[in-house]
Amino acid sequence: MSEFALETTGLVKRFGGIVATDHVNLRIKQGARHALIGPNGAGKTTLINLMTGVLPVSEGRIVLQGQDISHLAPEQRVARGMVRTFQINQLFASMTPLETLVMVISQHLGLGKRWWQPLGQRGDVVDRATALLTQFHLMEVMHQRTEHLAYGKRRLLEMAIALACEPRVLLLDEPVAGVPAGERDELLAIVAQLPADVSVVLIEHDMDLVFGFADRITVLVNGAVLTEGTPQEIAHDQRVKDVYLGQAHV
Amino acid sequence: MDARSSLLHARRFKAAEWAFWCLAFAAPALLPSHALMLNEMAIVALFAVSLDLILGYSGIVSLGHAAFLGLGAYSAALFAKFILPDPLLGLCVGVGASLVLGYLCSFSIMRGSDLTRLMVTLGTALILLELANKFGDITGGSDGLQGVVMAPLFGRFEFDLMGQVAAWYSIGVLFVLFVLMRRLVHSPLGASLMAVRDNALRARAIGIHVNGRLSLIYTLAAGVAGAAGALLAQTTGFASLDVFAMDRSADVMLMLVMGGVGWLYGGVVGAVLFKLMYDVIANITPQYWTFWIGLFLVVLMRVGRERLVRPWTWFGASRKEQA
Amino acid sequence: MLTILFDGVAYGMLLFILAVGLSVTMGLMNFINLAHGAFAMLGGYLTVVLSQRYGVPFLLCLPVSFLVTALVGAVCERTLYRPMYGKAHLDQVLFTIGLAFMAVAVTDYWMGSQQQIMQLPDWLRGRTELFEDTPWRLGMGHYRLFIIAVCGLLTLALQYVLSATRFGSQLRASVDDARVAAGLGIRVNLVFAVTFAVGSGLAGLGGALGAEVLGLDPTFPFKFMVYFLIVVAVGGTSSITGPLLAALLLGVADVAGKYFVPKLGAFIVYSLMIAILIWRPHGLFTRQGGK
Repeated sequence: MSEFALETTGLVKRFGGIVATDHVNLRIKQGARHALIGPNGAGKTTLINLMTGVLPVSEGRIVLQGQDISHLAPEQRVARGMVRTFQINQLFASMTPLETLVMVISQHLGLGKRWWQPLGQRGDVVDRATALLTQFHLMEVMHQRTEHLAYGKRRLLEMAIALACEPRVLLLDEPVAGVPAGERDELLAIVAQLPADVSVVLIEHDMDLVFGFADRITVLVNGAVLTEGTPQEIAHDQRVKDVYLGQAHV
Repeated sequence: MDARSSLLHARRFKAAEWAFWCLAFAAPALLPSHALMLNEMAIVALFAVSLDLILGYSGIVSLGHAAFLGLGAYSAALFAKFILPDPLLGLCVGVGASLVLGYLCSFSIMRGSDLTRLMVTLGTALILLELANKFGDITGGSDGLQGVVMAPLFGRFEFDLMGQVAAWYSIGVLFVLFVLMRRLVHSPLGASLMAVRDNALRARAIGIHVNGRLSLIYTLAAGVAGAAGALLAQTTGFASLDVFAMDRSADVMLMLVMGGVGWLYGGVVGAVLFKLMYDVIANITPQYWTFWIGLFLVVLMRVGRERLVRPWTWFGASRKEQA
Repeated sequence: MLTILFDGVAYGMLLFILAVGLSVTMGLMNFINLAHGAFAMLGGYLTVVLSQRYGVPFLLCLPVSFLVTALVGAVCERTLYRPMYGKAHLDQVLFTIGLAFMAVAVTDYWMGSQQQIMQLPDWLRGRTELFEDTPWRLGMGHYRLFIIAVCGLLTLALQYVLSATRFGSQLRASVDDARVAAGLGIRVNLVFAVTFAVGSGLAGLGGALGAEVLGLDPTFPFKFMVYFLIVVAVGGTSSITGPLLAALLLGVADVAGKYFVPKLGAFIVYSLMIAILIWRPHGLFTRQGGK
């Protein structure tokens, strides 16, 4: 198994004249807790979109578990274990949390095309779904349509969906943004308890969360990597402080 | 297991459904003078349910679904007239032709906006209309394909003038296909289709091959529409150009909206309501049917189509207006 | 030979004027308006009635058609369309189909279902032939020449308004991103209303101009709606040059197709459209990432 779970080499993304991603080299170690920080507009979400295949790459390579995935479709990358959450909730409005998770797990287990079996047929699938619902404190709302859920619950569901895919590499895009205090702690606890063999990349603005969670931090500014290092190194890097100019709480 | 049983419960046939289908099968015997109308209702219901598969369950807005209805009708009619008048074989031919066309067309609906899809589907229906028109020596052109006489069903049941056999035939086919579609809709495949409808971006992000699913469901829906078309040609004895027309596609959308989109019985309910409404209004003002339909559509869309099936919301704002 | 090109261009310019309002409405309000053809029909019938029953000179009927239809459009926008902006496309499609049904039925009731004959003034009825004895024969009907001139001027005017006036830049901003435009203080509702009114007015003018060339009867909205939609789908909604080129392409293809391969007729146009939309789903001329 290669040393790095996820690697990008010389990754570039251009939109017309704008260089949104500027020769980014990123290396995520196996089992890492890697944070990606930077001011607004630095290109963090664009980078995630490139890595997951939502946006096509202009230049460069993306390697997942030693395999070049630069030209694979998004669904193929998911099949190889790269899963993400979205900064703005991307949920299935008309489905309940229970239905959503059962559907996702069925899909993940390769049952997604079975049309003759009822959705709840496989006990193991339903068990796994209820386990996730319990872990994410969604049991009491599991029969409510997603469109009627409160924002905090939706954010929890957002992450539950990602975990239902049993990721090897998990990309979290601002998971606690706008989440009320109660659900925030729940989410943070879940993030802290993620299995050690899952490599996690976290985009966040909240520095307390970043410094409490990460073992390695990459700082992105204007689409390019400014610096990378341990939390200690980053906390004392003058350039990073300049870039944030008082937004950090170090 | 509470969670599991709740999911399985959705799949089981409810008492009301049993009652409905028993009634449906009894109807041609109870109302023999209305057998022709029952036959039409069954056919139109089948067409509407097929549209629901793509519109309600997959979110594809199509104005050209009549293309498959028409292809099914003409291929079944031509098969009966020139090759073999067996009804079930003709049905298979109609379904088969529409499956093929549906598969070919499915590539065109994967990309682009709603408007693109609208145009491509409409264009396909219009092309078929033109083709049927131009190759009039085979298809009868604007006069339509006449004189389609069917052999007895299963070799025993002759299609009588009263239309009872026809009605049972259509209701039977409707039932069989409906049960199959119902199964599909409550399966993991059905759930994945709804996911694609609700949020294609997220569907991709959990590993669903969105284009593949869309192609699959579009092809199946085309096949079912083809079955409806075949039934139409076989039970009425002819096929005409207006089977491709935009009004057909628009009518069936209206039926679906009336009965409820995203609910298989919506197509059936809508078809029944639509036919009844048509008869009532056509008897009062035969010429200006389009006006009243237009008005109905305008009011219904303005008020919100989910309100139609919730009469308590008709006077006063809906509780769930803006979440 | 060139005559076909000429006729195609005239047809295309006419289609452009008819469809440009629809294109801008789609791009601006993301609203699929299948009743657009009804406004064109209104302009056509208005001109026929005014010129034939009340003896109003043809040239005067044209601006009158524009203004009246624009006014009707403004009223409709405010009362009927505005509440439907946020709704799903399916709802919009059915809503506007309903409006179109009503318009068709009302027209049928008041004016009868026969084709309306437009009496052109004498000075527009002639025909000029150039290059008579060569294969490049160019037969220019004076009316078609008139259509090209009027539509050409209108196109230039539209382009000018869009690129050189303040309203034009407000419109372009609102098309790009209505929320941000509103945040900048642009009165987006007013932009919508004016744009819809002008678009409908142009449709009315197009209907008036086109009555002689395209025919006019109560089924006009549905007969030609497909063509308008083709122009918008192929031309895209992010510019007016896109629909212009699409309309010209459509016009020439239709005329040439019907001349050279009459058996296939409109089949060519539809196939061409589908092929183009498969190749470029957002229209031939939109920039990447456009609506």
